[in-house]
Amino acid sequence: MEVTVSNVTKEFARFPALNDVSLDIRSGELIALLGPSGSGKTTLLRLIAGLDQPTNGKILFGREDASHKSVQERNIGFVFQHYALFRHMTVADNIAFGLNVRPSSTRPPKAEIRKRVADLLEMVQLSGLEKRYPNQLSGGQRQRVALARAMAIEPRVLLLDEPFGALDAKVRKELRKWLREFHDRTGHTTVFVTHDQEEALELADRVVVMSQGKIEQVGSADDVYDKPGSPFVHRFIGEASELPVRVENGEVWLDDRTVGLKADGAAEGPSSLFFRPHDIEFLSGCGGCFDGVVVGSRRLAGARRLELELGGSQYRVEVDVPVDHPAALRSQINFRPKHWQLFSRSV
Amino acid sequence: MTSTTASTRWRLKEPSIIPGFGLTLGFSLAYLCLIILIPLAGLIFRASSLSASEFLSILTDERTLAALKISFGTALIAALINVVFGVLICWVLVRYDFPGRRLIDAMVDLPFALPTAVAGIALSALYAPKGWIGAWFTPFDIRIAYTPIGITIALIFIGLPFVVRTVQPVMEEIDREVEEAAATLGANRFQTVFKVLLPSLLPAIMTGFALAFARGVGEYGSVVFIAGNIPYVSEIAPLLIVIRLEEFNYAGATAIATIMLVISFAMLLIINLIQSWSRGRYGNG
Repeated sequence: MEVTVSNVTKEFARFPALNDVSLDIRSGELIALLGPSGSGKTTLLRLIAGLDQPTNGKILFGREDASHKSVQERNIGFVFQHYALFRHMTVADNIAFGLNVRPSSTRPPKAEIRKRVADLLEMVQLSGLEKRYPNQLSGGQRQRVALARAMAIEPRVLLLDEPFGALDAKVRKELRKWLREFHDRTGHTTVFVTHDQEEALELADRVVVMSQGKIEQVGSADDVYDKPGSPFVHRFIGEASELPVRVENGEVWLDDRTVGLKADGAAEGPSSLFFRPHDIEFLSGCGGCFDGVVVGSRRLAGARRLELELGGSQYRVEVDVPVDHPAALRSQINFRPKHWQLFSRSV
Repeated sequence: MTSTTASTRWRLKEPSIIPGFGLTLGFSLAYLCLIILIPLAGLIFRASSLSASEFLSILTDERTLAALKISFGTALIAALINVVFGVLICWVLVRYDFPGRRLIDAMVDLPFALPTAVAGIALSALYAPKGWIGAWFTPFDIRIAYTPIGITIALIFIGLPFVVRTVQPVMEEIDREVEEAAATLGANRFQTVFKVLLPSLLPAIMTGFALAFARGVGEYGSVVFIAGNIPYVSEIAPLLIVIRLEEFNYAGATAIATIMLVISFAMLLIINLIQSWSRGRYGNG
């Protein structure tokens, strides 16, 4: 099922949570809404679900306008961050709930419901736990019950609100992998919200980066990581080092010197230069490169991160060096980013 | 080896890391003895001055049986009515915001604060055959005051805050997401309320019921004015105890009291057992 979000605005008590957002979700894809808190990602998910109504704009399921349909009519599966399981019901009753509340004309017979529950439990690898109550399960198990419960109604779209947010790091990684496999097997159109960029990049076919109620960029993990569309995306996804530079005559200048980077096609004038701390090359002798003094050093897992002062302690950037690199405090380092990006600051 | 198993067996639970368990438990037990157990033991001690056959004859006396039936019957009906309307009031107070909400919230506590005799006099004036409300029912030949109906009304008045005050905080803590989850699964409002919300409130509702019921069984002040106290018809067990005391029949009074104590204790115990069973399943209920 394709979902189209068309020029949607949502205000809460005059405060705009979403500002003219449009998004096409393709049938069968796994798409992530990624952003910091307050970026509007959960609001967008809830609007798609019908748990909130947009102030302006439309939401289409396929060709049909779902904007004014109730949650019940939309037939979506929603998984909440804190599971929202019915704690007075067994696992089996939780999963069967969506089928049991159907009017008797469309409700499957009891035996079929039981079989469906058993199938779903097998799919989420929890067979044998149907008689348990939610508080007798671990967090990861509860989240999988919540997923099975959402899947039981054969939803047109599966919506997950920070599905792994309340789990510890190890379980989160396992479930992430498991969800990817689950999606590949079932092929449901799935939208999930996360503030964890690693999760979004690893899991999603496409990532929607959001900030302050707007979509900053939509693209594959490669797109948003290698070709960030805005300074925000560059800072938010992955590590970023940033320097205020100038573009003149097709070259990048830091203060009064060129740094050996050709800026063909970039707008002339003041710009921000972005690069990844690990994506640099070291040079000996500096005829057109960055010339920094080491002022700090931290050990990361697989590398050492140096803090460098540039241009007479005006600017600070971070670069990664191999663990055995001999750089000492106050020593000089010459480097040049291998890949970089310029964003004009004259706007 | 045997000594360690013997000593660990006496530790019912893992000792807590917070110090002072022995001191606080000792104090709690001493306090409970002083406040509750010693008076009750005195009651049973008094009653035990009766022989078994005397005790049995008091127990099977028509008037005693009628009084017990009225006391427990009216308390049960009043507690059930309070559960229904108490939960409704909770719903209104928790879910809606309207002018005067805090005032109504405070009003719920009035039966706690009012001297019960004042309530009893006010109620009997209202529900008497010529009272403001009672007069409406006189043409239909329905009498409220001086019948078990009147007693029930007094007990509803007294018991309401117990239900509201136990259910309200639990209802406030219901996670909105649970309701939303039910809606996304296709449940309508009615199904959400009756299949999801009310069952999760059940432990709190049962506590409120138990409290209102226990209070109703023991209520005296508000009931004696509206009850009319006609033997076999509208005479409650606590009143019968007072009557026996006034006859200097202390053993008779304590016998009835002992029976009430046993029945009440048994009912509260059963309710508590049901609750701890459901808590074991649902978690912090």
